[in-house]
Amino acid sequence: MVCQKTSEKAKQLLNWVDERLPLSNFINEHLTHYYAPKNFNFLYFFGSLALLVLVNQIVSGIFLAMHYKPSAELAFDSVEYIMRDVQWGWLLRYLHSTGASMFFIVIYLHMFRALFYGSFKKPRELIWLFGMVIFVMLMAEAFMGYLLPWGQMSYWGAQVIISLFGAIPVVGEDLALWIRGDFVIADATLNRFFALHVVAIPLAILLLVVLHLAALHTVGSNNPDGIDIKKHKNPEGLPVDGIPFHPYYTVKDLYGMGIFMIVFAFIVFYLPEVGGYFLEHPNFDPADPMRTPEHIQPVWYFTPFYTILRAIPSKLGGVLAMGAAIAVLFALPWLDRSAVRSVRYRGPMFKWALFVFVLAFIGLAILGTKPVSPIATVFARIFSALYFGFFLLLPVISCVDTTKQVPDRLTEATIPLAKREGVHWRLFERAILAVQASPCYVRSKAYCCKFIASLPIIGCKPK
Amino acid sequence: MKALIGIFLLLGAFLGAFPGVTAASGKSLESADIDVFDQASLRRGAALFADYCMGCHSLRQIRFSRIAKDAGMSADELQKTLMYGDKKPQDYVTTAYNKADAEAMFGVAPPDLSLVVRSRGADWVFTYLKGFYVDPKRPWGVNNLLVQNVAMPNPLWYLQGVQEPEKQAIGDQEEIVSLRLIESGSLSPEQFNAKLNDLVSFLAYVSEPAQQERLPLGKYVLLFLIVMTVILYKLKKEYWKDVH
Repeated sequence: MVCQKTSEKAKQLLNWVDERLPLSNFINEHLTHYYAPKNFNFLYFFGSLALLVLVNQIVSGIFLAMHYKPSAELAFDSVEYIMRDVQWGWLLRYLHSTGASMFFIVIYLHMFRALFYGSFKKPRELIWLFGMVIFVMLMAEAFMGYLLPWGQMSYWGAQVIISLFGAIPVVGEDLALWIRGDFVIADATLNRFFALHVVAIPLAILLLVVLHLAALHTVGSNNPDGIDIKKHKNPEGLPVDGIPFHPYYTVKDLYGMGIFMIVFAFIVFYLPEVGGYFLEHPNFDPADPMRTPEHIQPVWYFTPFYTILRAIPSKLGGVLAMGAAIAVLFALPWLDRSAVRSVRYRGPMFKWALFVFVLAFIGLAILGTKPVSPIATVFARIFSALYFGFFLLLPVISCVDTTKQVPDRLTEATIPLAKREGVHWRLFERAILAVQASPCYVRSKAYCCKFIASLPIIGCKPK
Repeated sequence: MKALIGIFLLLGAFLGAFPGVTAASGKSLESADIDVFDQASLRRGAALFADYCMGCHSLRQIRFSRIAKDAGMSADELQKTLMYGDKKPQDYVTTAYNKADAEAMFGVAPPDLSLVVRSRGADWVFTYLKGFYVDPKRPWGVNNLLVQNVAMPNPLWYLQGVQEPEKQAIGDQEEIVSLRLIESGSLSPEQFNAKLNDLVSFLAYVSEPAQQERLPLGKYVLLFLIVMTVILYKLKKEYWKDVH
């Protein structure tokens, strides 16, 4: 009885709001009646995870900004003050620093997913373009945020990157001076980077995320088969291969977030430096304009582009190549001429090209964390050539490559091993079968299943 | 398949072909045996720091009171072992003399050591402190194996004793291959190692006092997240059972 009364009251309140704001409409359109393909797999978690990390960065960032001092005199000490004297300050800082690196891991995988299943292709070009602008904004955000702790690597990394603007003919030196606000990185630079890092760029990123999602919800999500689910509709006009985003993908994404948070918490509590990759060791020395570190390297997520910069002997050439490496990604929707989207129905040429591209990207990333040596430079040039080669050859490859018959309806989220083609999958299958047959695996699986089954059942709909 | 194996072999070889940044200096580090949870060790390390290091090096990011709390020192003990002059417990650990004097004496001001273990690593500090040897050409009569021509004298020589370099001709250059104790100090080499471990443990603690909170808390957070994820997994299964 009481229950009924409150639910009636809630309905009245919702009606009151709906007459003044399209709340129910919005929830319908974007959650309960937004139909998403039903075969999303592992790679489709990274969009919602990026949103989770964004929220983490904003919330932890707000609290960090309450204690941080954006001045060359005080910045380094105020970060250590947060680490030592602020209640839970160390947790806030590690959430923020781990979040920065995890953001890039998530975004790189999100972009790889787009490449893998052709999510950037017609009619989703605008989603890709908005996403690319978010990526560039994110790099600016990370770069400016990295100056704020005012450690040696913050200082000299910023010095190197901003001096790159000096390579631009005629206006270069003046432009670099204008960005720094001083002849070297100094208090003025730190103060303006703080303003941009906490106000300007986050606002721009939030706006772009809204545009990214609005464009996505206009055309609908792609899927691992790269086919249009709106072709087959039931009598009510709903796609037969689609399921409402809420509750199906909200519960699924929550589960994905759980897994992600386990990994995240493990890093925050047990290895916040990640061996000097998430927090670089030299950055625990305060910035010293008189002493250059013996080896200046950017944080790991910039290293692929940094290696391309170093691979070119001339400074201007390097800057142009690095810019081109990012710019060429914007053109992707128009470079790919293939009739099919998903890698599942593409020919061997594209698969090999994509494989080599990913390998080259990882290779470039690894090289960027190492000091320059003659052999490293040779490898850097080879990988840079492969990186650009992928994009330059893509129009040709995607035209001449064979394609398979695209199915009419959605297939599995992940193709079972038995259906995959190629010798290596057979070997892989045999290895998996061998593991599954081992007594150790059987016993631990039985134990886990028993444990999970013994937990009380929740989320059951009342019958 | 063969091509795939080849590529992975190549990638492996490629990863191994470039030495890391720390190994680039070409000197191997001895490993320090540290434990930031061993309060007795932290107290011994703090006392050693006060006696042998604090004259020149500050720890300006940490307060006396914080050290006392985390190392389990009483107010009295703190006063006796760490605090000199008119210092108050809430003060930061600073040195007595000013930068200009230090620069005039040593050529460079002795650095603050609050974060030395985070920027260099515990093993580095351990190896560095053990690496002093006799070199009459240097102003203090000693040089260091890890940091050549360092401006610092060896404050621990009385404990450690005096070391002499053993040289060997490698190619056409003479290189120091090891150090030999020529005059023993007040401690045996084993005792000295244990003392150094205390000191490095203390410095590792000072580099990140939050370790004492962070590491014990982690397991509870992870346990909570794992239980939550299992529940979320069951919830997902329940909702998805009618999707075919």
